[in-house]
Amino acid sequence: MELFSKKNKETFLTPLGLNNPVSVQVLGICSALAVTSKLEPALVMGLSVTIIVALANVVISLLRKTIPNRIRIIVQLVVVATLVTIVSQVLKAFAYDVSVQLSVYVGLIITNCILMGRLEAFAMQNGPWESFLDGVGSGLGYALILVIVGFFRELLGSGTLLNFRVIPECAYEYGYLNNGLMVLPPMALIIMACIIWYQRSKNPDLQEKNN
Amino acid sequence: MEYLSLFVKSIFVDNMIFAYFLGMCSYLAVSKNVKTALGLGAAVTFVLLVTVPVNYLLENYVLKANALYETFQIEALENVDLSFLSFILFIAVIAGIVQIVEMAVEKFSPSLYASLGIFLPLIAVNCAIMGASLFMQQRHFEGIGEAVTYAFGSGIGWLIAIVALAAIREKLSYSNVPAPLRGLGITFITVGLMAMAFMCFSGLTI
Repeated sequence: MELFSKKNKETFLTPLGLNNPVSVQVLGICSALAVTSKLEPALVMGLSVTIIVALANVVISLLRKTIPNRIRIIVQLVVVATLVTIVSQVLKAFAYDVSVQLSVYVGLIITNCILMGRLEAFAMQNGPWESFLDGVGSGLGYALILVIVGFFRELLGSGTLLNFRVIPECAYEYGYLNNGLMVLPPMALIIMACIIWYQRSKNPDLQEKNN
Repeated sequence: MEYLSLFVKSIFVDNMIFAYFLGMCSYLAVSKNVKTALGLGAAVTFVLLVTVPVNYLLENYVLKANALYETFQIEALENVDLSFLSFILFIAVIAGIVQIVEMAVEKFSPSLYASLGIFLPLIAVNCAIMGASLFMQQRHFEGIGEAVTYAFGSGIGWLIAIVALAAIREKLSYSNVPAPLRGLGITFITVGLMAMAFMCFSGLTI
């Protein structure tokens, strides 16, 4: 079996675009919106979720034949919770500022629907390598949305990117103002709506019939 | 009076949905009609009311630094800090309690079970439940009364948010929305506008 067969490539690439976990499957919205007021926490969150989904997928896929069907949800929760605890301790040790900004949302990766969704729908039926690719793909698809939302919110809300000033000082002297609303929760939802709007107008297949 | 202030604050100012986006997945999926929305909201409030106090006791008598020593007064347990276990224990408590609540409701009130039935097992992985426990841990409430008040307030806040969105979406189904925005897109914009409206409560004190 080839490592990068056509099917594996597809498993890896579709979550990045046409089957994006956030904008198409509507999974993991909570943290996607809450951590994106700056670009840096959005990046860290995206990476953490990618690592956790990939590893959890591999672990569950290795165990899939030994887990009794009735208690599979509990087993999945325990595996995920362990991985999240490790990631949270690592963040606290090496990136304390970001872990303070992310506050409870690191812990909430446990209940992130992307994880349970991928574990149930993919890792329970497929081998470890496919599951790993699927996990990385889904994680990166999630990270992509986070980075887009974080980019616009930080640029328009604070005039910075990754804490570097992007909009020059002289623009402020001529009367340019940061849009303070951008850093507040409501605009996360509206930017998200714009991303969905753009994606669906490019891909009419994704459009829904009813409101 | 403090309790009332905390209660009102957790409903309007620190609203689970509009300020922290907790429980967004089921919020978007189950808000198509008011009746089911009411059912899910009631189930979330109920589970919050049970899990947050239990996790509060667990946090304060077992997990916190030195808590085991103060609870059991055994020398060997001095300076034991188990707080790194909190994620696993909280989710285990939530999953277990949801199971028990489901069985109890099925036994004692079949009519309530019939209306909540489908939602109860799903609640174990609702971010709002886990989120409330984590916020409880982060905010260091004094006494179990505050934890209960906080849990009840955030549950009611979630209920108000989902019933309001369901009512709007019922009316929205008659309007002509641009095709790419139908469904998810317009729902996000609606929630965004509702969140903006709820922002006028910020700074509210009693």
